[in-house]
Amino acid sequence: MADSRFKGTSSYVATHDLMMAVNAAVTLERPILIKGEPGTGKTQLALEVARALDRPLFEWHIKSTTKAQQGLYDYDAVARLRDSQLGDDRVHDIANYIVRGRIWEAFESEVQPVLLIDEIDKADIEFPNDLLQELDRMEFFVYETKQLVKATHRPIIVITSNNEKELPDAFLRRCFFHYIRFPDKETMQKIVDVHFPGLKKNLLREALEAFYKVRDVPGLKKKPSTSELLDWIKLLLAEDIPPEALRAEDTRKAIPPLYGALLKNEQDVHLFEQLLFLDRRGRTQ
Amino acid sequence: MLSGFFFMLRKGGLKPSITELLTLLEAMRKGLSGQRVDDFYYLARSCLVKDETQFDRFDRIFAAHFHGVEDAFESLISDIPDDWLRRQAELYLSAEERAEIEAMGGFQKLMEALRDRLSEQSERHEGGNKWVGTAGTSPFGAYGYNPEGVRIGQQDSRHRRATKIWDRREYRNLDDKVELGTRNIKIALRKLRKFAREGAADQLDLEDTIDKTARNAGLLDLRMVPERHNAIKVLLCLDIGGSMDDHVRVCEEMFSAARSEFKHLEYFYFHNFIYESMWKNNRRRHNERIDTTAIAHKYTSDYKLIFVGDATMSPYEIVYAGGSVEHWNEEPGAVWIKRLLNTFPKAIWLNPEPEQRWHYTPSIKLTRDLMSDRMVPLTVSGLEAGIRQLH
Repeated sequence: MADSRFKGTSSYVATHDLMMAVNAAVTLERPILIKGEPGTGKTQLALEVARALDRPLFEWHIKSTTKAQQGLYDYDAVARLRDSQLGDDRVHDIANYIVRGRIWEAFESEVQPVLLIDEIDKADIEFPNDLLQELDRMEFFVYETKQLVKATHRPIIVITSNNEKELPDAFLRRCFFHYIRFPDKETMQKIVDVHFPGLKKNLLREALEAFYKVRDVPGLKKKPSTSELLDWIKLLLAEDIPPEALRAEDTRKAIPPLYGALLKNEQDVHLFEQLLFLDRRGRTQ
Repeated sequence: MLSGFFFMLRKGGLKPSITELLTLLEAMRKGLSGQRVDDFYYLARSCLVKDETQFDRFDRIFAAHFHGVEDAFESLISDIPDDWLRRQAELYLSAEERAEIEAMGGFQKLMEALRDRLSEQSERHEGGNKWVGTAGTSPFGAYGYNPEGVRIGQQDSRHRRATKIWDRREYRNLDDKVELGTRNIKIALRKLRKFAREGAADQLDLEDTIDKTARNAGLLDLRMVPERHNAIKVLLCLDIGGSMDDHVRVCEEMFSAARSEFKHLEYFYFHNFIYESMWKNNRRRHNERIDTTAIAHKYTSDYKLIFVGDATMSPYEIVYAGGSVEHWNEEPGAVWIKRLLNTFPKAIWLNPEPEQRWHYTPSIKLTRDLMSDRMVPLTVSGLEAGIRQLH
C-alpha cells in the first residue's frame, strides 16, 4: 500500500499537518475526527481522500434525529406485517426486511472504502457512544438474523464535527484528531489558485486583502470562511468587478462590493458599517 | 519509550490515555513519524490531543520535554543581542503580560536571567531551547504558563530556521480551561427528565398493533403513538449585566445547554434581583417588559423555576421598596420572589460565584434564606444537587 499516501489533490490544498493526520489514520485504520470553523473544507476532505486514493465513498449525513442503529441497519417490521397479510412468500425470511445502513454498506465494500460520518455533533449527545464498538472492532451483530457483520476491509472513517456538542472521551480516544486551522494568507492564495487558476494576480491580492480585513473586524458573529471567500470571488468574476473597486479609499464605499457573500448576518453587516463610520470620523478629524 | 513524555503530559493537565500512547507507538513503528521532528510533532498531537483548546498546552509541554532532541536536527543558537531580545519581547507581549512580568521582578531582571541562561548554554555547546522554562517560572508553575519565556522563543526575524512549530503557539487563544463544558451541563440536565407521549402519533406501537391485529382476526390493524418527549417544563430567570459580566460565559453555556435539552423552556432576564417586571430581549429591555405577575399567571405551577444569578448586590436592593439600582420599585424584591416561589414551589437558585465566597456577601445569605436554602453553585455537581431538589 505504498501508494496510499494522501498528499492533497488538484482541487484540495492539504497542509502538512493535515496530511500527517490523514495518513496516520489510513495506515492504522482508525477513524479520524476533523474539527474546524464552518467552511474550512471538513466534509470536502473525505471526498478528496476518496478521490486521491481512488476508493469508493459512503456518506452518512447526521441529523438531530439520527440514531446510531440507522447507520447499521433497520428492521422494517411494518413491511413484513403487510406482506404477511398479502401472503407474500418473502415473509418467511426475515432477512428480506433488514434494510442496510451506510456503515453496513461500507463494511461490505470489495475494496477499502472511505466512510464519511458528517457532522456527528448534530445528533443526540449519546450518539457517539453508541458507535464505539462498531468503530473499534468494525463489526456488529444483527439480532434479527443472528448474523455477525464484519468489515471485509476496515474503512477509512472520516468524522466531522462543528463543535456544537462536546464528544465523549471514550469516543475521542479511538480517533485521530485534526483541527483545521483557518488558513493563513499563503495557504489561502494556494487554495484560491486551485479553484480559479486564471485569476488575475492583482484581483486576488485585493480580494484577499479585503477578505482578511473583514475577518479581522472584532466581534463578528460569523466570520467569513474559505468557502465564502471562494463564493465571493466567483461573484466578483461574474460581475466583472475591477480590482480597484476593492480598494476604495473613499470610505463611504469601503464596504466591499457584493458583501452579502461574506457577511451572513444582518447584525454583522450593521457592526461593519458602524466601524466604518467610526473609522471615517476618525480620519476627518 | 515515550513514557516520560506521556507522564509529563498528564502532569501538565492533559489526559492522554494508554490506548492513545499505544496508538502513537504503533504509528511510529509503521514509520509514520518520518525523519523530521515536525512530523513527529504532528503525529503525536493528532494521537494524544483531541481538543483544539488543549493544543497550546501540548505545545508547551512538547517544547519543554523535547528541547534536547531537536538539536540533533536543527542548528545551534549562540549569542542573542540584548536589544534584539528586548525588541522582540516588547513586540510580542501584551499589556497584561508585561504587568505580570513587572510583578515578577521587572523586565530588566528577567532579561538578565535569560541572558545568563543562554550564555551558559552556549558554553556547553548545546541548543538554546531551554528558554521555554526560563526566568525561574516553569511552564507548569503557579501562573499556568510563562509568558515571556515562550514568547521570546518565537523568533522569526533572525533565526527563522530554528523556529519550532510548537514554539509558535498558534493555539494560544484557544486554551481556556472551562470547568463546565456544555456537554457536562447537558448530562447533568438529563437527570431532570420526565418522558411523556404527546403530539402527533408517528411511531408504531408494536404491542398494541399485535394485540389489535389478533383481535381483528389476523387482519393487520396498525396502531401509532406519539414519540416520547421530555415533558419537563422549565422557567429560567437569568441575571444579566453588572456583576454578572464575569460569569457571562458560564451562563451562556448553561443557557445553550438548557435550550436544546428542554422543549418547554421559557426564559426571562432580570437585573440583580426580581422586581415587578422582567424582559425577554436584552436589547429592548426598557420597552418590552413583562409583568412578573403575568408570568406567574401564565405558566402553571408544574413549571420548575430556576434562577441564575450571583445574588451579589447591596442588601437594600432586596429588602427595601425603592432599593433597585435601575428604577423605583414600589415593593421590595423579597416580596416579589416570595410571590414567584408561592406560584412555583419547585425552584432553585444557581449561583456562579464560588461557594466558599458566599458567606462574605450578605445579599447572598439573604437570597439563600428567601430561597429556603435552595441555592447551589453553578457547577456540574451543584447542578446535580439542585436537580435533586427540583424533583
